[in-house]
Amino acid sequence: MPVALKVNGRLYTLDLDPATPLLYALSDDLALNGPKFGCGLGQCGACTVIANSRAIRSCLTTVKSVEGQEIVTLEGIGTASHPHPLQQAFVEEGAAQCGFCVNGVIMTAKAFLDQNPKASQAEIQRALSGVLCRCFTHVRMLRAIQRAGQRLAERSSR
Amino acid sequence: MISPSSRRGFLQASGALIVGFSLRDLPQLRAQAGPVQGAPPMNQLDSWIAIAADGSVTAFSGKEELGQGISVAQAQLVAEELCVPFERVKLVYCDTALTPDQAYTSGSQSHPANFNRSNLAQAAATARQALLRLASQRLNLPVSQLSAKDGVVFSSGDPSRKFGYGELLGGRQFRLPLDPAAPRKTASQWTVLGTPVPRPDLPALVTGQFEFVHNVRLPGMLHGRVVRPPAVGAAVRNVDEASVQDIPGLVKVVVRNNFVGVVAHKPWQAVQAAARLKVDWSPALGLPPQADFYQRMRADKQTRDTLVIDSGDTARNLARAALVLKATYKHPYQMHGSLGSSCAVADVQGDRAVLYSPTQGVWRQRNTSAMLLGLKPENVRVVFRRGSGCYGLNGADAVTYDAALLSQAVQKPVRVQLSRKDEMAWENFGHAYLIDLCAGVDSQGGILAWEQESWFPSFGNRPGPATPGNVVTGYLAGFQPDAFTPRTPAPPPAGFNNNSNAAPSYLAARVNGIARGAGKVESGRVLTHNLRSPFWTGPLRSPSRLQNTFAHECFLDEIAARVKADPVEYRLRHLTHPRVIGVVEAAARAARWDARPSPAPSSRRSSVARGRGVACVAYEGENGYSAMVAEVEVNRDSGAIAVKRITIAADCGPISNPDGLRNQMEGGALQGMSRALGEEVVWDGEKIASIDWRTYRSLPLGFDVPHIECVLLNHPEAEANGAGELSITLVAAAIGNAVFDATGARLRQIPFTPQRVQQALADPA
Repeated sequence: MPVALKVNGRLYTLDLDPATPLLYALSDDLALNGPKFGCGLGQCGACTVIANSRAIRSCLTTVKSVEGQEIVTLEGIGTASHPHPLQQAFVEEGAAQCGFCVNGVIMTAKAFLDQNPKASQAEIQRALSGVLCRCFTHVRMLRAIQRAGQRLAERSSR
Repeated sequence: MISPSSRRGFLQASGALIVGFSLRDLPQLRAQAGPVQGAPPMNQLDSWIAIAADGSVTAFSGKEELGQGISVAQAQLVAEELCVPFERVKLVYCDTALTPDQAYTSGSQSHPANFNRSNLAQAAATARQALLRLASQRLNLPVSQLSAKDGVVFSSGDPSRKFGYGELLGGRQFRLPLDPAAPRKTASQWTVLGTPVPRPDLPALVTGQFEFVHNVRLPGMLHGRVVRPPAVGAAVRNVDEASVQDIPGLVKVVVRNNFVGVVAHKPWQAVQAAARLKVDWSPALGLPPQADFYQRMRADKQTRDTLVIDSGDTARNLARAALVLKATYKHPYQMHGSLGSSCAVADVQGDRAVLYSPTQGVWRQRNTSAMLLGLKPENVRVVFRRGSGCYGLNGADAVTYDAALLSQAVQKPVRVQLSRKDEMAWENFGHAYLIDLCAGVDSQGGILAWEQESWFPSFGNRPGPATPGNVVTGYLAGFQPDAFTPRTPAPPPAGFNNNSNAAPSYLAARVNGIARGAGKVESGRVLTHNLRSPFWTGPLRSPSRLQNTFAHECFLDEIAARVKADPVEYRLRHLTHPRVIGVVEAAARAARWDARPSPAPSSRRSSVARGRGVACVAYEGENGYSAMVAEVEVNRDSGAIAVKRITIAADCGPISNPDGLRNQMEGGALQGMSRALGEEVVWDGEKIASIDWRTYRSLPLGFDVPHIECVLLNHPEAEANGAGELSITLVAAAIGNAVFDATGARLRQIPFTPQRVQQALADPA
């Protein structure tokens, strides 16, 4: 059955079972590497994408339910030559080990900072309470998010 | 797409980088080196380093990037020894068509293996000498009057007289053996090594461009899903293929012995088919109750015993001791719990196979996959692709077999990613441990004798070169795991083996007259009992070492408290090894250690009790040294432990990349915290019940992260040691000792859940 998905500003019409989790459409049909299968249960955050400005778990979201929504993946927020401030800060802080969780951490933080540009570090940490990093690169990631948050706040107050 | 052919194909395909290579000069891959046939010979320079006509450098390593940053350090090493800019080095690792067989990337062995006087380091040093000699001939100058920099050899007296590496070698091979006498640069000469070179994979990782094994996509690739037994020991009686015939996109149901899987066109179709497939399984074997599992371990008489140390006089010394202390420590099964479930992509067609795998040992994966597939090993190529961080033997090897079996059945490329439950329920868990300790103390409060007896179950392991049955898929497909042969009593120790930190740091560990321990205590006996596990087991970051060190370091604290000694001073009093002493002193200094006996004087008054604890380790006796101070707050009402600050001193010899080392220390400390405070595999009467992140608790990103301070001790004159397992080894002991300092309650069982803390507070003895 045709399903229309708008991903990173482009419209795709895919022939899919409407119950297909969005993650499979993104990583298999659209060959995107950003969103990842971690648990398939919405417990780890690795599959996080932003739909209509909200961070969602794409492993639990059917393609049908997000038809027509603006879906943004890690690829859609910046590139190596034009990185988003969060991506930039993660590079500057060396905030990764294996890197598998990075998608979930950055996309969750982005959705939160977009809605709460003046969030405190404690609020940011609370927003990440459902995201896992099993290499435990927490110290650097939280520092990177704080750094990016400051830059975003400066930018918005200009 | 990569063909299963050889290094030749890669070098042809890699275009500009190696374009100057003369094909007839390429290495012959029929060498006899190593336990696995067919790998490029370890003693030949061309197995490690290739320099193209344009001067670019390709290094081939058998130690892969698991996410810990060792690939950066290896490229730094090659750039340093070869005198080329970091950016000019391309590092290729762990591909059976291209790279030497360095067994596994595991056990904190990459730094020692490739940064001392052998392997990659010696290859780079040999290459520099060879280039200097070639330039010497071309310039008609002695090597002593030549210098090398930025990939150019020049006359030290007249830098305009020079040759680039590309010109010197003309795209040819070196055709030289590794030269053990080729001089390594000294640390004082380093400009690349020893600096915090950032990881080159970061931009791709943070922008979604990095290709994990999960992102390997081959033309015509199908998607597989496995159907694991519902309980431990259940066997296939019947598979009803008709139950899934209506699922769109289904390609095939595959059954081999007790291995069951499905293949479909799309991943979601495979997921549905696996969920719907009706399999009639035989009843479960039944599992021993978890409630009394530790007692059962001690009662098990079918054990394989190892006497690590026996000075022969412990009984006598305990009898004359002024004070004898005894304690038992317990550590549960824990899991690797990779964030991404394991994934592999296999392309098996006819008598050939290419496997994209996150395995830690590509050559062993090649041989065991060949056994599983009934193919010749030389027709199987295993290409490492990074998976989600593994921390040891996670599902990587099993899922590679899964993909290989399913691909062979359909003769097309197949990608398999495990479900969360299949990852967790069937991985090779880190060992549970039961450790009895007994120490005799003399009238001055010094340790007179130390006795220790431990029990740990195991089943399966890394597959090695010939045992695919050591992980679940190989076993289901009909292969057996390593045989278990009971051995009681243990033979006397033939020589000293640290035996995964079974030997405590405080013992002299004298065997055959030679003391190789890190401590002064001469009278010691350490006996281990290995027994059969009902579940799969295998190496999990700091395997057995974390468990042993947890027990030793807490027990030492118990003795220090009993004789009213300061825990740092008491450690130093019994240590002889200067590098262990060095890290203990450095950590204490950085933490502004408050020297006094534990528990803290205020320990029984406040509702939130504060304390500090210390622990130290000589990792496997000689592979890295670390000490840690943890500062905690214990809520007496809830039993919750909040770790406020962790100070780590680490000495792993020469520091190759300080930022990478720091990243390992930080990550290990927090992973250790998660393991100490919450992680425990649980089971019911017939199956593993830890099957997701609600039934196996990992500290999330949002928890109250302690402040972490790292003191990195650089010893450039020393051998390179491991770093990846140092800090994690110490966390449970440092926290447990800090909780005792805060409250006077001793925690002897991991994880330190609030309930266990409350129990210990109610009964502090």
